[in-house]
Amino acid sequence: MAEDIAKARAHRIAALTTALQSRILVLDGAMGTMIQRHKLDEAGYRGARFAAHPKDVKGNNDLLILSQPQIILDIHRAYLEAGADIIETNTFSSTRIAQADYGMESLVYELNYEGAKLARQACDEYTAKNPAKPRFVAGSIGPTNRTASISPDVNDPGFRNVTFDELVAAFREQVEALVAGGADLLLAETIIDTLNAKACMFAIDEFFEASGVRLPVMISGTITDQSGRILSGQTAEAFWNSLRHVKPLSIGLNCALGAAQLRPYVAELARVADVMVSAYPNAGLPNAFGEYDEDPQTTAGHICSWAKDGLVNIVGGCCGTTPDHIKAICESVQGVAPRKLPKLPTAMRLSGLEPFQLAS
Amino acid sequence: MSDTSSAEKATATFVNVGERTNVTGSAKFKKLILAGDFEAALDVARQQVESGAQIIDINMDEAMLDSEAAMVRFLNLIASEPDISRVPIMIDSSKWSVIEAGLKCVQGKPIVNSISMKEGVDAFIAQAKKVRRYGAAVVVMAFDEKGQADTEDRKVEICTKSYKILTEQVGFPPEDIIFDPNIFAIATGIEEHNNYGIDFINATRRIKATLPHCHVSGGVSNVSFSFRGNEQVREAMHSVFLYHAIKAGMDMGIVNAGQLAVYEDIPRELRDAAEDVILNRRPDATDRMLEVAAKYKAGAGAAKAPDLSWREADVNKRLTHALVNGITDFIDEDTEEARKAAEVRGGRPLDVIEGPLMDGMNVVGDLFGAGKMFLPQVVKSARVMKKSVAYLIPFIEEEKAKNAKLGIIDAAKNNGKILLATVKGDVHDIGKNIVGVVLQCNNYEVVDLGVMVSSAKILETAREIKADIIGLSGLITPSLDEMAYVAREMEREGFSVPLLIGGATTSKVHTAVKIAPGYKNAVVYVPDASRAVGVAGNLMSAQLRENFAADVKADYAKMREAHARQQQGKKRQSIAAARANKVAIDWKAHTPEKPRVTGLTIFDDYDLAELTRTIDWTPFFQTWELAGNYPAILEDKVVGKTARGLYNDAQAMLQRLVGEKWLTARAVIGFWPANSVGDDIELYTDASRAKVLTTLHTLRQQMVRDNARANMALADFIAPKDSGVADYIGGFAVTAGLGIEKKLAEFEREHDDYNAILFKALADRLAESFAERMHQRVRREFWGYATAENLNNADLIAEKYRGIRPAPGYPACPDHTEKALLWKLLDAEKNAGIQLTDSFAMWPAAAVSGFYFAHPEAAYFGVGKIERDQVEDYAKRKGMSLPDMERWLASSLNYDPGQADAA
Repeated sequence: MAEDIAKARAHRIAALTTALQSRILVLDGAMGTMIQRHKLDEAGYRGARFAAHPKDVKGNNDLLILSQPQIILDIHRAYLEAGADIIETNTFSSTRIAQADYGMESLVYELNYEGAKLARQACDEYTAKNPAKPRFVAGSIGPTNRTASISPDVNDPGFRNVTFDELVAAFREQVEALVAGGADLLLAETIIDTLNAKACMFAIDEFFEASGVRLPVMISGTITDQSGRILSGQTAEAFWNSLRHVKPLSIGLNCALGAAQLRPYVAELARVADVMVSAYPNAGLPNAFGEYDEDPQTTAGHICSWAKDGLVNIVGGCCGTTPDHIKAICESVQGVAPRKLPKLPTAMRLSGLEPFQLAS
Repeated sequence: MSDTSSAEKATATFVNVGERTNVTGSAKFKKLILAGDFEAALDVARQQVESGAQIIDINMDEAMLDSEAAMVRFLNLIASEPDISRVPIMIDSSKWSVIEAGLKCVQGKPIVNSISMKEGVDAFIAQAKKVRRYGAAVVVMAFDEKGQADTEDRKVEICTKSYKILTEQVGFPPEDIIFDPNIFAIATGIEEHNNYGIDFINATRRIKATLPHCHVSGGVSNVSFSFRGNEQVREAMHSVFLYHAIKAGMDMGIVNAGQLAVYEDIPRELRDAAEDVILNRRPDATDRMLEVAAKYKAGAGAAKAPDLSWREADVNKRLTHALVNGITDFIDEDTEEARKAAEVRGGRPLDVIEGPLMDGMNVVGDLFGAGKMFLPQVVKSARVMKKSVAYLIPFIEEEKAKNAKLGIIDAAKNNGKILLATVKGDVHDIGKNIVGVVLQCNNYEVVDLGVMVSSAKILETAREIKADIIGLSGLITPSLDEMAYVAREMEREGFSVPLLIGGATTSKVHTAVKIAPGYKNAVVYVPDASRAVGVAGNLMSAQLRENFAADVKADYAKMREAHARQQQGKKRQSIAAARANKVAIDWKAHTPEKPRVTGLTIFDDYDLAELTRTIDWTPFFQTWELAGNYPAILEDKVVGKTARGLYNDAQAMLQRLVGEKWLTARAVIGFWPANSVGDDIELYTDASRAKVLTTLHTLRQQMVRDNARANMALADFIAPKDSGVADYIGGFAVTAGLGIEKKLAEFEREHDDYNAILFKALADRLAESFAERMHQRVRREFWGYATAENLNNADLIAEKYRGIRPAPGYPACPDHTEKALLWKLLDAEKNAGIQLTDSFAMWPAAAVSGFYFAHPEAAYFGVGKIERDQVEDYAKRKGMSLPDMERWLASSLNYDPGQADAA
């Protein structure tokens, strides 16, 4: 039984890498935006099972995996219907660190396990409908709400409210459950502090070694503004240098910016990364009400130009994007050749906040 | 700033690793670390980078230290110093535990210095695997269980073995391996040491030739160990050593980057002597070197000084430079200079904060906003700011003490207590922290609850610490809703302190439209930290607070209207759907009060003097196109003088107007049993409610709601007929303009436009005042549902009472034709002397009319644009033709009637 599962997964991973050779794959769009449409109140978030939970849980989108699984399943389906090749599990905040705010640390394994299962179910339905277009489950791993290299206390820059080891333990727990639930790949996304991501990769690597299972890993950072740096101060190339040792399936960027603003940084990664490049921007920049109102055609137009210029292998949408955006993106990259991996000279590539290279 | 070393000239691929942040190699650094002076220790690191170190080596191996803790602390501090942490870090320790602790603190890709086979192959493999997992490159020492390699062959042998293990067994990428084949001291007087230099150089050549992609590094200063204290000689030796080692393939060296002589610049005699010892070219090389060295002992090379040209600028520019660059070295002396300068000008210590320091912080804010500075730099700037402020505090205290003695009360200890929090669900707090610092710098006590703070916690703490102001911050979209929620909670819990809103996705429009309506006290959007001080200052000042808050309120109200206008023309919903979303009032929860007076009450000649007391002066100034709220406008820098003159003239005219009775005020009010039927309101002839006296018609909002707000119609505030609840409605018409023509004619005869306009404006104000006063008396006496109400004029103007008095033709009931029904009910022409024109304007113009709604939930609103379905229904209810109705409601239509006809 376990062997069958492993076999099926190996088969899917092979299909994924094959597909990446011939075409640009499309990720799904925003989960939060779709959840918001349901206008769930506190009771809606709780469902029957958590009616008596002592803390407010409204806004704990991941909890809906357990309290409103039908909503999550339907969102997955909507994105698959729109044409997404890879869908993300609804587990962005399903770490013990992030769930502590809701007093739901004890649910972490279940959230990830069931979250992966829901996405698996939706993907399998669609793969069955059209085996020529297999669908994949990416286990979503958010950055948590704490940063290992930024002090939360302005008066004490040396202070940290989370340690590397705590992050490793939290990510390990999440990763194990995602894999057990049926994820095909792991996606560490919206990285605002590279040290958190390094802890995540550390946990994944340990898990791979301990379990003998090995899944492709996608890494996606967040450039917070036009300074071109992630929140912890690194440039895109420095960020890549910090993480390239894990030999991920892809490196990329998501969130914070719209496609128009994100382009130079995607181009930078495309130049320096000898792995696949992914990018899934927000639907523009938020308007005065924090709403994303870039229409699908505009977003898809930008992404199409990335594709034609050979910058990307995997695209999709982040905040504010909808199945309509994903549909438009799918159409816009249809038939466009994926980015070819550059051949880079051998060199020691280090980084501080900035990249550093010493030729070999 | 970067030093052009001989090494860099020799080859562009040689890397300087700064060595000064090493307790084993730098006495100064060791002293600072042992003393716990990490800040000064950071300066050592900074100087290394400024002097051209491309990587900095950090070593805390000292018996007196908790090396792990010191490594963690120092690396965490470096992470906040972007001009240091921009370069990669070399984590240097002979203890694996210290290295591993360090690896957990570095977000970049660092180098581990070092691992080796000295404890056997297994430990070496285990450590190498870990290094890989942490994503670091590694320095491998030529060291095995037998000891450190000294000869050329031993060096090559151990490095080759290590290379094979790393690349073949561990899977370590060869380009991330750096060999350290050991640089030992030469010219020690011990003959076996004489060949150490050349052994290293030759081993390097062989390693680079046979082990692809790897690198070679070494601790260069070891080579000159026997010349301790003679810096110039040591520098020359390092330079010469590197010159040859780099040619052999050494591509990295741990050096004092600030102290490298340029090979060509070394005096020939010294260079030759150094070359002799390093290359072991002649047996007497050591003796000759010692001889030459004696000559250079005095002229020890000075450490390369940092660029201090900025010190020549004036003090304000220097403060800005220090803030922007986060330099604390001179902050006390510069602050003192600025303070003295202020003192000479007769200023106060506080002027330094509000002047040059705030100017500097503004530059920081601008650079940050433009993406030219980022988080850690800004935090550094804040620290410089704090240092400067700390320097000033004794002076400020002294001034306060002096003032206190003189009886001048200079407020309490601080300007006020401000509670800051990033709202629940959000972790972003950069902006908030800056605001916090800047506020603290301006002598506010700031209590920062951090990030992800629940509404409950914010409110609980605010009460506990008696916060004067609450500031909310957030960056991500959902935070906007959370802020609105906190505002509503503050309202619900009866807070009265001002609420500040800030953060990247917040905006003035959002604050005005979504947050401010939820909280009836001051809500102010603060676009950046520099504004925070001004806003807080206004809100904390007893003199300024109310007017400031009123100004902001008025501004936001305008913004809301503008926004609503923008929204108009957007999506509407069907009238059926809008009705389904009517105001949900629980009629069982509230029994409408029966008006104490029935029928009409007529006021023939109302006392004008009474009306002068409740005038709302702000619109009066607006009439004159003077912007600002009364009474602050009288002190306004720009228009204050004009406003004062106008106000004096108005007061003088009022006295004569009342005394000489230029005007007569009359009014009529009435109350009737009423119930709503759909969107209509039926008025009954008597308490039996058997006979309908007249039917009023109300219009309903049809905008699409994306929140909990209802689609309102005035009828919603009257109990529905089928509820069985006996409800009531009132009506009124007041004027203060009777007789106005006579006096106006006099002014116009004199061509005195000024007094004519003044007079008209005063008549309008008196009419408004009359309406307000009458409403008050209705609440307290005539209807009597709020007999205990006791509000001052400001509260009256702010409409802090129960019930509304909407007028036909205004946003809540835009249909002017309803005025005809009101006039019939009141017989207002006869009872109050007010006529209606054909277009339902009132004459005299100084008149106000409307309906009274008493329900506690009754509120003003704008109907906005409406759809054809409602207009058709409304016309039918009123018995008017659709084209007529559309004409009267033209400005409220969300469609083009002509177009629709054609369709």
